[in-house]
Amino acid sequence: MSTIELRSLTKRFHRLVAVDDVDLTVGAGEVVCLLGPSGCGKTTTLRMIAGLEAPTSGDVLIAGRRVNDLKTRDRNIAMVFQFYALYPTQTVAENLAYPLHADRLPPAELAKRVQRVSDALQLGHVLDRLPGQLAEGEKQRVAVGRAIIRDPTCFLFDEPLSRLDVQLRETMRGQVKEILTGLNKATVIVTHDQLEALTMADRIAVMRGGVIEQSATPHDIFNKPTNLFVASFIGTPQMNLIPATLIGPGDAGAWRFRIGGQTAAIVVDPAVGRLAEGTAVTLGIRPRNIDLAAGGADDGLAATVDLIEPMGAETLLHLLEEGQDLRVVVDARLEPRVGDKLRLRFRPGQTHVFDQSERRVTA
Amino acid sequence: MARDTSRGVRDAGWGWTAFAGIVAFVYFFPVLWIIVTAFKTYNDALAVPAKLFFTPTLENFVGVFSRAYSAGGQAVNTGLELFFLNSILCAGSSVIFALIIGTLAAFGFSRFPLKGNDTYLFIILSTRMLPPIVVIIPIFLMFRVTGLSGTYPGIILLYTAFNLPFAVWMMKSFFDELSVDVEDAARLDGSSGFRVFWKICLPQVRAGLAATAVFGLILTWNEFLFALLLTGVETRTVPVAMAQTIGGDIGVRWGLLAAIETLFLVPVAVVTFVLQHHLLRGVTFGTIKR
Repeated sequence: MSTIELRSLTKRFHRLVAVDDVDLTVGAGEVVCLLGPSGCGKTTTLRMIAGLEAPTSGDVLIAGRRVNDLKTRDRNIAMVFQFYALYPTQTVAENLAYPLHADRLPPAELAKRVQRVSDALQLGHVLDRLPGQLAEGEKQRVAVGRAIIRDPTCFLFDEPLSRLDVQLRETMRGQVKEILTGLNKATVIVTHDQLEALTMADRIAVMRGGVIEQSATPHDIFNKPTNLFVASFIGTPQMNLIPATLIGPGDAGAWRFRIGGQTAAIVVDPAVGRLAEGTAVTLGIRPRNIDLAAGGADDGLAATVDLIEPMGAETLLHLLEEGQDLRVVVDARLEPRVGDKLRLRFRPGQTHVFDQSERRVTA
Repeated sequence: MARDTSRGVRDAGWGWTAFAGIVAFVYFFPVLWIIVTAFKTYNDALAVPAKLFFTPTLENFVGVFSRAYSAGGQAVNTGLELFFLNSILCAGSSVIFALIIGTLAAFGFSRFPLKGNDTYLFIILSTRMLPPIVVIIPIFLMFRVTGLSGTYPGIILLYTAFNLPFAVWMMKSFFDELSVDVEDAARLDGSSGFRVFWKICLPQVRAGLAATAVFGLILTWNEFLFALLLTGVETRTVPVAMAQTIGGDIGVRWGLLAAIETLFLVPVAVVTFVLQHHLLRGVTFGTIKR
């Protein structure tokens, strides 16, 4: 079985704790994205799986076997590096064939395998070129080809698409996902690009400061962030995080909060009932989950349009409410103007309440 | 002449090209003088003002290999071909040894740094900080005691030690520039440490090997002082032999000396020419940002 398991994995560089007691299991055929800002320990974790970095403590298990003491070359892992790490003095064909050197295949068999991979990745026309003569997207495909040419236990990707331009990234994202689905191997992708993680992963592990903050499906990461960090890190435009005070229960399952000088009734997770009245909380709501109240209505939160960012089909409004910046995505046809006073309604059940320990309040 | 304005580069024009030509000519003039003199007769070579037009002769070149010389009042029956072979053997093998040892050492210093790595590197370089004349006395004494004096292993050993610091420093700077990711990739692809070095790293530093070899070759090929004091009659190198043709019954035979020098230039010139493609990259290492 192709699985990866990390048990209390820790890596210290002198005083700096890069990876702190990480537990993670990647099942056979599962694609897990390690997502986090730079310096969160995601690449170090990946390098420990590969054996390029020795853990300070904890275990790495591959296919159920502890590999801490196994050399990198004996782990049978394929990895795609951020800067591709192609062998600069070897042609594309030689690069692709390199991982097979230990198998001592007959030349005909070797050529056949190279052919198969180069066909799958449309590299046939560049087989005789050196890496320095390739376009960025071709280098990327060679790096992927080199990883998939043999039959490794698992796959590691370090920021695989970060060097491509936006358009190429979009096509490659689809291609890589397709390849990964076909491989059906335990795969770990390191990325700081949430879109990459959300589209390619079966499961996302959000990391910060060497710790996995949340490990869940892309859907749950997006819709049920476990704490303030995950909530703010995932999603564009960023989730609104609004300091508020819990007043108490309102009508129809809603709870009343004081936001600045105003009071708003918002339908939230009933688990907030266990918080004492008067508790300071942070409300989190995504900019697409706020509606503008019809003109003349006096419910919802009053705010003034401060800045308008057209995004094509939608428009991102920045509104000010007593110094608090609120982001709201509205239909582009609305065409509001700076200085307009609007009333905002939070869609029921879409507002998260975070307590003072920054954790989401939930049953 | 096409002006390549697409890269923002314009060629310098005829004026500067001519100026560069003059400077290059001034630099090359001594070499030219030697080559021309090699084809002159004894009398033509001594003529003042120097003859620009003369009947070229090969007698000097014939003389290089066929005559016995009176050197330092002592009759020497060996022709210069032996000394040329000596020079090739000593310079060639010491460069090869220095390249092998130096490259391995440099890879170690670059990839597996010791505690106090820089100190070790400094110590290695410090052996070249003293002028040769200072170290010649202890080395001369050591060679006498160990019986290395006048032997091939002795002078090759010395030249290898001579070339090593340069080889280590030069090659280390090349290894330092390589992407470690590429080596990690090779390890993941199942390569042993040695295979990573041999198949992945070494091909990437070919320019460095070429540059190091040429510099080392020029250094040892032209070396005079140690060769004078530490080689014997049979192991003498060309620079020493050349000096010993001066003197004798008819004074300095400039034509003969020039012929030896011309032949002496050939091997280094050929090697440099063959490796020039690599050299250009080799000597500008580290100056071009990737």
